[in-house]
Amino acid sequence: MSTHTLSVLVSDQPGVLARVASLFSRRGFNIASLAVGRTEKEGLSRITLVTEVDDANVLEQLVKQLNKLVEVYKIIELEPNSVQRQLILVKVRCTERNRSAVLDVVELFRAKGVDVSFDSVTIEATGSEDKLEALITMLEPYGIIELVKSGEVALSRGNKSINEKHRSALQPGR
Amino acid sequence: MAKQPADLPIMTGAQALIASLERCGVEVAFGIPGGAILPAYDPLFDSSIRHILVRHEQGAGHAAEGYAIATGRVGVCIATSGPGATNLVTALADAALDSVPIVAITGQVNSSFIGTDAFQEADIRGITMPITKHNFLIKRTEDIPEAIKAAFYIASTGRPGPVLVDISKDALAESAPFDYDDELILPGYKPTTQPHNRQVKEAAKLICKAKRPVLYIGGGVIKARAWQELADLVDLVDIPVVTTLMARGAFPDDHPLHMGMPGMHGSVSAVGALQKSDLLIAVGTRFDDRVTGRLDSFAPEAKVIHADIDPAEIGKNRVVDVPVVGDAKVFLSALIEALRHEKLPDYQSWVDYLQGLKERYPVGWSESTDGGLTPQYVIKRIGEIAGGDAIYVTGVGQHQMWAAHFLPFAKPGRWLTSGGAGTMGYCVPAAMGAKVGMPDRVVWGIDGDGSFQMTNQELATCALNNIPIKIAIINNNVLGMVRQWQTLFYEGRYSNTDLKSESVPNFPLLAEALGCVGLKATSVEEVDEVIHKAMAINDRPVVVEFTCSKDAMVWPMVAAGTSNDEIKIARDMAPAWEEEEL
Repeated sequence: MSTHTLSVLVSDQPGVLARVASLFSRRGFNIASLAVGRTEKEGLSRITLVTEVDDANVLEQLVKQLNKLVEVYKIIELEPNSVQRQLILVKVRCTERNRSAVLDVVELFRAKGVDVSFDSVTIEATGSEDKLEALITMLEPYGIIELVKSGEVALSRGNKSINEKHRSALQPGR
Repeated sequence: MAKQPADLPIMTGAQALIASLERCGVEVAFGIPGGAILPAYDPLFDSSIRHILVRHEQGAGHAAEGYAIATGRVGVCIATSGPGATNLVTALADAALDSVPIVAITGQVNSSFIGTDAFQEADIRGITMPITKHNFLIKRTEDIPEAIKAAFYIASTGRPGPVLVDISKDALAESAPFDYDDELILPGYKPTTQPHNRQVKEAAKLICKAKRPVLYIGGGVIKARAWQELADLVDLVDIPVVTTLMARGAFPDDHPLHMGMPGMHGSVSAVGALQKSDLLIAVGTRFDDRVTGRLDSFAPEAKVIHADIDPAEIGKNRVVDVPVVGDAKVFLSALIEALRHEKLPDYQSWVDYLQGLKERYPVGWSESTDGGLTPQYVIKRIGEIAGGDAIYVTGVGQHQMWAAHFLPFAKPGRWLTSGGAGTMGYCVPAAMGAKVGMPDRVVWGIDGDGSFQMTNQELATCALNNIPIKIAIINNNVLGMVRQWQTLFYEGRYSNTDLKSESVPNFPLLAEALGCVGLKATSVEEVDEVIHKAMAINDRPVVVEFTCSKDAMVWPMVAAGTSNDEIKIARDMAPAWEEEEL
């Protein structure tokens, strides 16, 4: 099993996400994480998709099938060293007595307290999956009231954009 | 430059739809009106488009397929929202699996009602996403022309397929400037038709090194109209050929290098050609499970050249040595050029081996002994009397497999069958569509009593619209293919496969009630007689019932989930491969 992060440039139209999700579901591909949003260009959205596959053939098939969708413009696989970030919001139980201890942890992870009440504090953190897992582990002893995670978003390093990265683009043909 | 709206004629969405269809070259559409699509039927009334009012939307869908396959053009079907649209689903799925270019136009409820469970509302775009090549939901009048243009372009280019355009009733009713000539921009859709030169060279190299090559030809060769190139290639290289169910007719059956149809019910020579090969030259085919049997023992010694216009088919089921993305016609031409001056190995001992298999294990049958007609004989006689120029259409089941073996496959584009989806009920409406597209050809449907009863109401459409097709019902009283499996794999426990069609319906009477001529043959002497009678009737559709034995089986057979090497030529009878000859 290997994990791959794909960046998929799509037309910003209703139904595109349904098409992508339905393709994954009907062909039995795995979505570990998915995030979608508009881009710097009007009419274009970008889906960041993390998938787990058994072997390279499955990844190849997945990319080829995605490429067949008319509203999918381009797909690239982001290298493992690309900038990959998730955002979490986590509401932790704490009182006056241990609030500063919780905020120490927040500080340590360069996270932020974004809401506070008499017996809770809500923390916002971004980072890689590993860092966020570590943060959650540290907060667990205080009691996590609720937690929400975004899908992963990612960009390649360097000055190139998805539109210029032709060399690593996963083209439909071979 | 986009024209100013002021220069453009103002049209209602319905008028724009019909005008766009006319400009896409549509001459015929099959459909049924209803509430949401009603606005479109008003301008259609004055249009040059011939609209054929069918009896069920599934019939419209299959008729569009039949029209498309017979003519090589895009077939069109029209339905209203909700149940009208959902009735198209089977035909769309069928067209998707067999890569048939059709465009389906459906009405949708008013855009303000979408999502409210309004009367006759169904999310047909959502429903058909997995079974169309692409689909649209149009809610603005001004978007109609571009969507129609895009639909025809997408349906007919690359790997063909069905495209659905769902249009809300208010978009049809309101008016907007009609701008058809705007350039079509589809940045996410660029099919590769030109194969890579290097890949063609690699393919040629493998062919020059092979000892036991075989051309594994699929429906893509028909879709690309590449039969002449295929014939030229075989002339040049003398490599044996097998044609899949979808490719029957792409290469003449009587050619000595044609080893027949491979697959679950393929001939021993065709299955052997793949299993014993050291190089598969696969063109326009997709290594379907009905061809490969158990994948891990399919053509175990073969390297693979796989040329297909759909890159996703390459490497999907079988690892490939030389992948080629491109149009079959362009690829075969390029391959001929690449091989023209090469010194090719002598494949004679391989050809001799396969021809030996073909001689020893011809596809045949044993005569029925229970008083029923032998279905294979009936089908063979229809083919012999109607000849190689007629169009043949089938339903799905035993009769389909017999038709695939015993009809005269002399010319391409005359064989319509539901392959990938295996849609019972395909025959009558698809035959109707084919006859509308090619009115001067004789069109014979070879149907089963089960398949026939799923869509036979379209015979009324045929009778009323001067579409004189001929349907042969191979009536064995049962769901024959399922019953065959019950015989072989369920100890003859015939659970729910007896249709009792010997008593109900009375097929000739049913035919007469639907405005057709109804004929029946119960004895061998009558077989030729009724076929000739049917051939002589050209002013009405004809239905001929042949009362056949229910115990006839389709052989050869590779049981599902087993290796092609386990092919049986009759129950418990395996061919002797005589490997030492290789």
